[in-house]
Amino acid sequence: MSRHEIRFELNGEARTAEVEADRLLLDLLRADLGATGTKEGCRIGICGTCTVLIDGRPISSCLYPAVYADGRKVRTIEGIAPDGGKLTPLQQAFIEQGGFQCGICTPGQIVSATALLEAHPKPTEDEIRRWMMGNLCRCTGYFGIRRAIETAAGTAR
Amino acid sequence: MSFELHRPRSLDEALTLLEKNEGAHVMAGATALVLLMRQGLVRPSVVVSLRDAGLGGIRAESDGALWLGATTTIREAEESPLVRSFCPALAEAFGHVATVRVRDQATVGGNLAHADPAQDPPPMLLALGAEVELAKAGRKKPRRIPVEELLVGLFETSIEEGEILTGVRVPPLPAGTRATYVKFLPRTEDDYATVSVAAVGRVTNGALMDARIALGSVGPTAVRARKTEAALREVALMPGGADNGRLTAAAALVRDEIDPLDDIRGSAEYKREMARVWTERAVRSLLS
Repeated sequence: MSRHEIRFELNGEARTAEVEADRLLLDLLRADLGATGTKEGCRIGICGTCTVLIDGRPISSCLYPAVYADGRKVRTIEGIAPDGGKLTPLQQAFIEQGGFQCGICTPGQIVSATALLEAHPKPTEDEIRRWMMGNLCRCTGYFGIRRAIETAAGTAR
Repeated sequence: MSFELHRPRSLDEALTLLEKNEGAHVMAGATALVLLMRQGLVRPSVVVSLRDAGLGGIRAESDGALWLGATTTIREAEESPLVRSFCPALAEAFGHVATVRVRDQATVGGNLAHADPAQDPPPMLLALGAEVELAKAGRKKPRRIPVEELLVGLFETSIEEGEILTGVRVPPLPAGTRATYVKFLPRTEDDYATVSVAAVGRVTNGALMDARIALGSVGPTAVRARKTEAALREVALMPGGADNGRLTAAAALVRDEIDPLDDIRGSAEYKREMARVWTERAVRSLLS
């Protein structure tokens, strides 16, 4: 197995790592770097639990070779809220609108929805549905999640 | 799995690596190959990543054709103003692929080279008469073949040892061309289609000229429905949108031009019937 040195930015901080060719970003984050906010779910790219942003775009870190992060900006759930423990309006809205229950899918939901609001600050209901469709939640149903996004976007009725 | 990964910085470097490493696998977005390796279906000893080989990008060619570089992501293709103005239905077909996460990682070239019969772009590209270019070490001009000749079987292409698919070229569309892509998804929106239909044709005085119909998820490859196309020649709807029987009869032919399997998305017979229904709907939308 070939090994590769990679340089990337993790939540604004420059990092280097040496990874094997088959290392996946999810395992680099959780096992090697201890950034366990990103959760492992299906491990086949379906459930959205392991969503992280690469240069601002959401991907499944369970399908993403760690070497592909070389030269890129990786943003995880740990990098969503600004320093100082203050939550973003979106995170606050997930709490207030009942956007989660057991919480396992929540990091992925928040990361996906953060990217949605960066791409579409005032998303229509259809845009929310289409974007978030690949982030599965088995507890709450999706109404609370949609309401939380609409609340953060200021489009809640 | 244990493999040697190469990250060439140019197409020439990638082609040389393939020439030197027989049986090497090419990886672009990696969404498919990561899963195939995990399932043990592919056990490469050498993997050549195209990610940094400079094969991305979308451009209009001088003859009016549209060029999509192999490592263009599906989402770049979906959101490209160039693609949308060239053919909105093509942008929509890219937009139907899986989820936004997959579209941000998977590539236009990888999607074709993977030859998954349930993917969305291949039927649309077939119906648009698209071609792919295949480069190889020592070859001065790339080999150019229709997408139809690329897709030869289930997850099987005509790409030869040492070749790299560098991009897809969609020929210019004659004035008055209309196109649509419909995907029948009774379960969830990120599912594979039960049946998908791409339809392209010029409409002159309300009649459909030179129809091209292609379907996905109904056989080992995405497939053109040529008998249906021939029967659709100059089909028109009556005032008020009623069919004089020709459209219905033509769409019924599609049932025997496909080779679906029984699976969790329905029986083969059900898929034949849905192919008929959605072909009729797709053509109707071109005419209305």
